[in-house]
Amino acid sequence: MIMRATFLIATLVAGLGVAVLPARAVVEIDINKGVVEPLPIAITEFISADGKGAEIASVVEADLRRSGLFAPIEKGAFIEKISNPDAAPRFQDWTVINAQALVTGKVSETPDGRLRAEFRLWDTYAGQQLIGEQFFTSKDKWRRVAHIIADAIYQRLTGETGYFDTRIVYVDESGPRNNRVKRLAIMDQDGANHRFLTDGRAIVLTPRFSPTRQEITYMSYEGGQPQVYLLQLETGQRELVGNFPGMTFAPRFSPNGQQIVMSLLRDDGNSNIFAMDLRSRNTTRLTTSNAIDTSPSYSPDGSQIVFTSDRGGRAQIYVMSASGGDAKRISFGDGTYSTPVWSPRGDLIAFTKQTGGQFQIGVMRTDGSGERILSSGFLQEGPTWAPNGRVIMFFRQPAGSAGPQLYSIDLTGRNEQKIPTANYGSDPAWSPLLE
Amino acid sequence: MLSIAAIAKNPVGIALVAALALAGCANKQVPNNAADIGLGGAGGPPGSQQEFTVSVGDRIFFDLDSSVIRADAQQVLTRQAQWLNKYTNYSITVEGHADERGTREYNLALGARRAASARDFLVARGVAANRIRTISYGKERPVATCDDISCWSQNRRAVTVLNGGSS
Repeated sequence: MIMRATFLIATLVAGLGVAVLPARAVVEIDINKGVVEPLPIAITEFISADGKGAEIASVVEADLRRSGLFAPIEKGAFIEKISNPDAAPRFQDWTVINAQALVTGKVSETPDGRLRAEFRLWDTYAGQQLIGEQFFTSKDKWRRVAHIIADAIYQRLTGETGYFDTRIVYVDESGPRNNRVKRLAIMDQDGANHRFLTDGRAIVLTPRFSPTRQEITYMSYEGGQPQVYLLQLETGQRELVGNFPGMTFAPRFSPNGQQIVMSLLRDDGNSNIFAMDLRSRNTTRLTTSNAIDTSPSYSPDGSQIVFTSDRGGRAQIYVMSASGGDAKRISFGDGTYSTPVWSPRGDLIAFTKQTGGQFQIGVMRTDGSGERILSSGFLQEGPTWAPNGRVIMFFRQPAGSAGPQLYSIDLTGRNEQKIPTANYGSDPAWSPLLE
Repeated sequence: MLSIAAIAKNPVGIALVAALALAGCANKQVPNNAADIGLGGAGGPPGSQQEFTVSVGDRIFFDLDSSVIRADAQQVLTRQAQWLNKYTNYSITVEGHADERGTREYNLALGARRAASARDFLVARGVAANRIRTISYGKERPVATCDDISCWSQNRRAVTVLNGGSS
């Protein structure tokens, strides 16, 4: 596993004819506008001896294009051929093809066999460099370098943290619908580096990332009774969470990674929410209703929990203190609401709503106001947030189809994208930005 | 007959329908000539797994988002309890299931509540609680896989599975 600390990051300023000016950039994207016009950007092939530079540039380009906020310009339109990425480009060659931003770079091998990648982001109209960074890492980590570069560009031009250097854990589905094989799988957010984490012998559901460690929690039938497990991603080591007599399900980590909150089935058939401290193994019961209480999700400051309950008759969304006690219902629209997930920014709650025979993915403010539906369809559920809180992933199964697939959609409800997976996929969970 | 009609849409159910119809005609007695009429002993000998599944009925169905035991399901569970009280060597697992028209975690909870409802009914009819284990499959194991009500109504179910001798 690589740590971000293994990358040496230095701002490149020396030896350039163009100073890095503190002046405000002319080029920027306001992603809070209702309709965002994608920013025309020219991403040149990074100079390299072995073609790796072109590969890195194409991963950067794909990331930025998929975000919906950037419109990479066809390379055939480029006038200037970048041969020395350390020199300032001829800005007018780029403004004339309407490139508002330009990315150049170089990839080489260090004497000790590592990969050295550097890139610069230019504001073509202001005629200035916005970013210049270089990275050193082992050669097999080249895709991560590309994602980190894409995140840096995204952040510089939108003012928001990026989300490209992240992974998705989800449930791979194969086999017939009445005898599905389900395996945990993990991949980069762009579908690369896919691998399976379980072998399919037991049904596995609802994986979620730890916010602090290379660890996921999920639910599995492997022990006969369905229960919540922990899986260490680096070692593959699995561990049952707690020692409960009945079914445990719907696990999620607390923001500090120290607790898992989940549902525990009671003997009377109802389900309550418990939190378990992973170090002390102490469990705390957080709800006591004679109802279904499930799908708990912490606020990012750890002070509150949003969850699903049918204590009022039908499934609705409630918010309570992270220590339990009184809960306040926040969903009041037509239909039922479930799978609430608190945004990493803290301002919104994503949910699945069922109304009029449709399943909808939506967001509301944490007091239940401002409900917005982002997507509506025959069967879709299970939102998960990109770490910057701008994009939501979920899964969808159209009527008559043999299985579900993963989709992402911008918080604005625009830029819906199908996430490529080898088989059918469900229950996606987005990782935090990698360390 | 509600449950029989539902089973009729089950892809594996053709032989079952015939057997249930026969069982119905024979006043719920096991047809002792089942093998002769080419059903391969569908009713099964008394006390057999097959008798329980086919003649007693191993499953009940629920209304949408409900774990209330319907009147037709009460008849099935009452027969199950009578049978289980007669053949006390079996322990059972009651599987609770939900249709696809709910979200995953909620449906796990709903399936669990259905299994508990069926279990409680059996216990109230004299089946020892320590013979009964419950498990929820949520919407993970549908028996019918079309995308309309005819299938969803079959998937909202609790199935009593015989575990063999409990001794």
